Amino acid sequence: MPAPRFILALEDGRSFFGFRALDPGQSAHDEAATGTGGEAVFCTAMTGYQEICTDPSFRGQITTLTYPLIDNYGINADDFESARPWINALVVREYCTGPSNWRTNGSLSTWLGQHGIPIVEGIDTRSLTRHLRMHGAMRACLAPARSGTVAQDTDPGAWINGRTPGARAEAEYLSALAKALPVLEEQELVQGVSTSALGLVDHGTWAPFAPPPQSPHAHRVVLIDCGVKHNIARSLTRRGLDTVIVPYHTSAEEILALQPAGVVIGNGPGDPSASALATTVQTLRTLLDGPVARGRMALTAVCLGHQVMGLAIGAQTSRLRFGHRGANHPVRDVTTGRVYITSQNHGFQVDATTIPAASGFTVSHVNVNDGSVEGLAHRELPVFTVQYHPEASPGPQDNQYLFDRFVDSLETIR
Amino acid sequence: MTEDTTNTISSGPPASLPASSSGAIGAPSGPRASLPASPSGVRNKPASVLIIGSGPIVIGQAAEFDYAGTQACKAMREEGVRSILVNSNPATIMTDAEVADAVYIEPLTVPVLERIIARERPEGLLPTLGGQTGLNLARELADAGILEKYNVRLLGTPLRAIRQAEDRDEFRQLMNALGEPIPTSAIVHTMQEAYAFAHEIGFPEVPLIVRPAYTLGGTGGGIAHAWPELDLVVQSGIGASPIGQILLERSLVGWKEIEYEVMRDAADNCITVCNMENFDPMGVHTGDSIVVAPSQTLTDREYQMLRTSALKIIRALGIEGGCNVQFGLDPYSFNYIVIEVNPRVSRSSALASKATGYPIARVAAKIAVGRTLDEIPNSVTGETTAAFEPALDYCVVKIPRWPFDKFPHGDRTIGTQMKATGEVMAIERTFEAAFQKAVRSLEMGGRSLLWEDATWREPEGLTRIWSLIDTPNDIRLWALMAALRRGVTVAELHQRTRIDTWFLERLACIHALEQRLLREPLTPGLLWDAKRRGFSDAQVATLSDTVQGLPDRVRELRDQWQIAPVFKMVDTCAAEFAARTPYFYSTYEVENEAIAPPGKSAIVIGSGPIRIGQGIEFDYCSVHSAWALRDAGWGSVMINSNPETVSTDFDTSDRLYFEALDEESVLEVIRNEAGGPGKPMPPVIAQFGGQTAINLAGPLNRLGVPVIGSSVDTIDLAEDRRRFERFLDALGIPQPPGTGVTSVSDAITIANHIGYPVLVRPSYVLGGRAMEIIGEESDLQRYLTNIVTPTEKSPVLIDKYLQGKEVEVDAICDGEVTLIPGIMEHIERAGVHSGDSFAVYPAINLSEVIVEQLVSYTERIAIGLGVRGLVNIQYVIHQGQVYVIEVNPRSSRTVPFLSKVTGVPMVRLATHIQVGKTLREMGYAGGLWPRQKLVAVKAPVFSMSKLVGVDTYLGPEMKSTGEVMGIDHTFAPALYKAMVGAGVISMTPSKSGTPGLLLSIADRDKDDAVPVIKQFATNGYRLFATAGTARLIRTLGLAVREVGKINDGDHTITELIRSGEVTLVVNTITGGKGVLQDGFEIRRVAVETRIPCLTSLDTASALASSLSLGANEYSVLPITEYGKPRG
Repeated sequence: MPAPRFILALEDGRSFFGFRALDPGQSAHDEAATGTGGEAVFCTAMTGYQEICTDPSFRGQITTLTYPLIDNYGINADDFESARPWINALVVREYCTGPSNWRTNGSLSTWLGQHGIPIVEGIDTRSLTRHLRMHGAMRACLAPARSGTVAQDTDPGAWINGRTPGARAEAEYLSALAKALPVLEEQELVQGVSTSALGLVDHGTWAPFAPPPQSPHAHRVVLIDCGVKHNIARSLTRRGLDTVIVPYHTSAEEILALQPAGVVIGNGPGDPSASALATTVQTLRTLLDGPVARGRMALTAVCLGHQVMGLAIGAQTSRLRFGHRGANHPVRDVTTGRVYITSQNHGFQVDATTIPAASGFTVSHVNVNDGSVEGLAHRELPVFTVQYHPEASPGPQDNQYLFDRFVDSLETIR
Repeated sequence: MTEDTTNTISSGPPASLPASSSGAIGAPSGPRASLPASPSGVRNKPASVLIIGSGPIVIGQAAEFDYAGTQACKAMREEGVRSILVNSNPATIMTDAEVADAVYIEPLTVPVLERIIARERPEGLLPTLGGQTGLNLARELADAGILEKYNVRLLGTPLRAIRQAEDRDEFRQLMNALGEPIPTSAIVHTMQEAYAFAHEIGFPEVPLIVRPAYTLGGTGGGIAHAWPELDLVVQSGIGASPIGQILLERSLVGWKEIEYEVMRDAADNCITVCNMENFDPMGVHTGDSIVVAPSQTLTDREYQMLRTSALKIIRALGIEGGCNVQFGLDPYSFNYIVIEVNPRVSRSSALASKATGYPIARVAAKIAVGRTLDEIPNSVTGETTAAFEPALDYCVVKIPRWPFDKFPHGDRTIGTQMKATGEVMAIERTFEAAFQKAVRSLEMGGRSLLWEDATWREPEGLTRIWSLIDTPNDIRLWALMAALRRGVTVAELHQRTRIDTWFLERLACIHALEQRLLREPLTPGLLWDAKRRGFSDAQVATLSDTVQGLPDRVRELRDQWQIAPVFKMVDTCAAEFAARTPYFYSTYEVENEAIAPPGKSAIVIGSGPIRIGQGIEFDYCSVHSAWALRDAGWGSVMINSNPETVSTDFDTSDRLYFEALDEESVLEVIRNEAGGPGKPMPPVIAQFGGQTAINLAGPLNRLGVPVIGSSVDTIDLAEDRRRFERFLDALGIPQPPGTGVTSVSDAITIANHIGYPVLVRPSYVLGGRAMEIIGEESDLQRYLTNIVTPTEKSPVLIDKYLQGKEVEVDAICDGEVTLIPGIMEHIERAGVHSGDSFAVYPAINLSEVIVEQLVSYTERIAIGLGVRGLVNIQYVIHQGQVYVIEVNPRSSRTVPFLSKVTGVPMVRLATHIQVGKTLREMGYAGGLWPRQKLVAVKAPVFSMSKLVGVDTYLGPEMKSTGEVMGIDHTFAPALYKAMVGAGVISMTPSKSGTPGLLLSIADRDKDDAVPVIKQFATNGYRLFATAGTARLIRTLGLAVREVGKINDGDHTITELIRSGEVTLVVNTITGGKGVLQDGFEIRRVAVETRIPCLTSLDTASALASSLSLGANEYSVLPITEYGKPRG
């Protein structure tokens, strides 16, 4: 049976044509068959599609992978970054059936299909990426071509090139739907991805990477979950930290009641200035002004957490045109001049010029490519934040040292 | 390594290192070391740098180092550092006077380098761009105290890192200190020792290989997976070894082989440029493996695990520049081992550069003079820096090019010894398409993936196919496809080969499409699917009944159905940033990024993979043609498939298309450059890409493509023996009697008519493929049956073989005026292929009359043929009479050599002529260019030790892989340096003191041999000889030790060669199979023990005369200084 024809229509009227990628034996009539909407973004990481799909920061997005061959190694039991996939759809050039790796225990399409998420293949993903680079990430609809409207039996080349009768009109219709979708800034994405209740984290080891030397003091840390990746939690527990995970809306008082030496606020989806995060901003302010200022608590933040921290210190955030999503972004540590290759996944940034001088914070890291803020640090207090993902997964392991730095900062806590 | 360094490496994260710690790693430790490298962070840019090239092209060291060295010189210029380059290979771009600030074409030896250093006083030495040759020389210079004496700083890779990467023990120590696993092995004599080692490495979880010492072909070896089995295999191994010794080694059979290209700067910033996965699992040399970039079957955890290891290693070695790390990875766990580290730019880094667009050599050179990665602009995007990791949005496949089409009787199996002369690379959006494109790029006589050997179709075919699959060899990939076509499953193939099922599934995918093309009518949908998976029009035509086998018909259907390739950019960043470097590949997608710019441009067809007969010289010509087009105000468009070359560097031409050099691929590029169907096509220059390009001229012309330069008719006239004969007759220029024949019976008749010996060869080939001198009818029968059978379409040429002096002339003609830059005289008489001959410029033994005749003939032929651009003519002078042997209306192998020694920019002039200029307009009057006051000798270089089973005797079929030049004011020192450069003799005396010469001279050569023997004796050689030759020597009153021939059942001769008493072998052949066979053994033993073996008395004679030269009576000067008046 021929693969169902799908259209990816962007809000600016540009459209791309592909096919639903299906594993042998996979049903074409599942929840994923109906189509979806979301923000179209691209990610340039060449490995780690399973981690990308399960990274809550991708929630609500129609993610295009620029590397053209996907599902080469299937999916496995270890490489989840959260309990489920969060993307709305995956767009690839070529879905390779017959995955091969010793840890493989399933195929990407079947698994995503079970969560109602389609993979669409055959699309000129480079063309799509170029378009998003030039015109910015934008809303999009990804839906099957309706059989009454679009001819279903033309040849695949004509379909992919948009020459099938009815295809253009259908794409325009979907494009109009995309324009009607709520913009990212208006979406409350964090609620669904955060834990709903306080819990202890036990993520165990992380083969093949050796656990770092255990800290002599088993500090307690609180991890604020806005949609945190497993490997952030794991990076803390691997260092012997007694890690308590709390929902994003947890108040400062509730956190203090846990008596942590440090607080970590992790990554998550969407706009840091979303109204749902107002409590989180307030919590951070209270912590900063209270225990942190008194040298009683260390604070660190990653990605969305970094942006929320930016808001907490009085800076502003703004949207990047097409974001940074990949595993190859160079970041310069402004104090040492050293450059680190980082894993990134964000569409917003802290605006350097808006950081209040009185806050005591300076830009500690910048993106070598576009100069955007990649990290903040307080001049005196044990607080630092990074826009990128030191936990990697996927991406280079070079920045795990930041967790060590955090552990070191815990040692300074009275 | 020092305690200090160990701590630095293993303790903590990189950021906690003080900035100077990397300097501590990088600082040399030994007393012999050169001056300490600059502490990192401190800029200490040298004012001048010496760059060592890699010398002649040999198997394992090819054009990639010309590419690397050229990039390095350009980088030095950008940095304002004076570059001094030395290389013995004249066929390189790097040795062009305009590339470096001072260029030395001199032998790569310590004494020569010392003289260069003394003369130039460079502040730094960059040894990492000249392959193993460069690295070894740097170490020798350091060991000899020369770097210290002249205050030369070793840049890029510290001396200690060179040792740590090269020396087995030091490597082991370093890896142990880093906690990085390496292959473990032990030499054992007893069962107890074997048990101890087995316990140590974790047997039986880890299987063991047993290799008995001193047994042939691995007799008595085996693999053990369990304890009782270990007992058995170890005992039988110890028993099989004559000295009761075995090597126990951890078995890595079937492990994945993965490589990482990493870079580091003095500030300790580290990045990975690319990783690559071998299609062939462990056991095949990476140079002989099909390689894919990036890795395909690694999860992110595996990818990052190995990346982290690679970065750890480059940090520990303290390399400031690039490094290649090879890993073996267990396909069933996270276990891995570090197989090898190359602390320098390598073949793999050239491939990685072309695969990603990241210019590794350029960046490495800049780092070596003090730049940090984030200070170096990414010249591909223009907006970003070198401090990032390229993101690929395509799949790259490299396939090696082996020389077995020339050596069908050589041992074709591949393993740990590299045998490929070159390689091709293909870029596409799927593996299937990239793989198929790469196969076509190999230019194996038009072979696509559909090719099957005739024997595979026989009843026992599948057995034959399996035997080719079980042991890796040059045609295994076709055998894999053939097996799939015969119903063999992916699982079975995986089980037998351990090739990852992902790759095999992709091949199965190709096979499934083949089936559809065979069974279904060709529809737009099917054709689209086929093109998306990389099927050429020709493959579709072969498979599909719809198109009557006509590729043209497939193209017409594609046009009708709007199925055309688009061209995507290689931009290092997967389209995340705008890129300005137009480096493209074709694919079947929606959006075309290669929009032809306005203005006139011309297309240069490159020469494809490096192979014997078509080497780096043609890349040199292609590059110069592209440069000349730019100078002439034309846009230059390059098409090539070879990742090792300068021509495929992103800034050599205005636009680069990385494509197969077949009719379809080239036509599609041309159509794209035209800017749309029906628009005028840009002209194509086919003269510089060797036979590859010339062979495309006709087909492209037929398709309406304007081919500029010599017309297709000119090409045909020169190649069509009968037309050419009439042409020469009309001009009154003699050629050896002979003709082209289209049947066996004609051949016999003609041969009898002109008389034996005759020279036979197929038409339209380069490098003398299948060319033989034949002495009698039975031999001719054999040739016509087994080697080449003449047909109406492909005639065989039969000429009278005239023994005499061979002369080669290259000329440039604009249709009216002919310029002859120089005449080269061969040292060996006719019969040895010109590519394998020593040749001298200027001709030294020709009378003025002969020279005048050569000039006149050349002019008449060039004008008569209507040559526009270059022409190469080979003559033989037989009994005072000049005969034309061959005319090639294209650039030749000698063009770079002649351009360099005469100063005539031959390719530049030829290209300008092709775009409309005349020689007079360019200031050239024509005729013979004044003889330069210098002598230059070209010497061939062979890679025979790598090719088991190949006979080394020289004949009409070319066997050399590279060449060197010896240049000086007079003949003797020039010849001496050529001999040294080619490795025939050494500048430093042998260890035993007395050199030994083994002679085995054919009867017909004995008279000529007398003066040669005498001269060697005078030069202090001890003489050894086979019986007949020994008798001759004794009659001369000279001492000789007689040794039995191998045919006598006496092995003294091989033992003698192996003993080291013999430093040179001279073996001439009589013809006749028995004697040839006897000599074969002698020659192979010599090759395998790396003792030079000469098979022509002419070469031996020249060598003997050059030996009388004193050790320092040669010049060492920049190439531009020779020929100038000496003061």
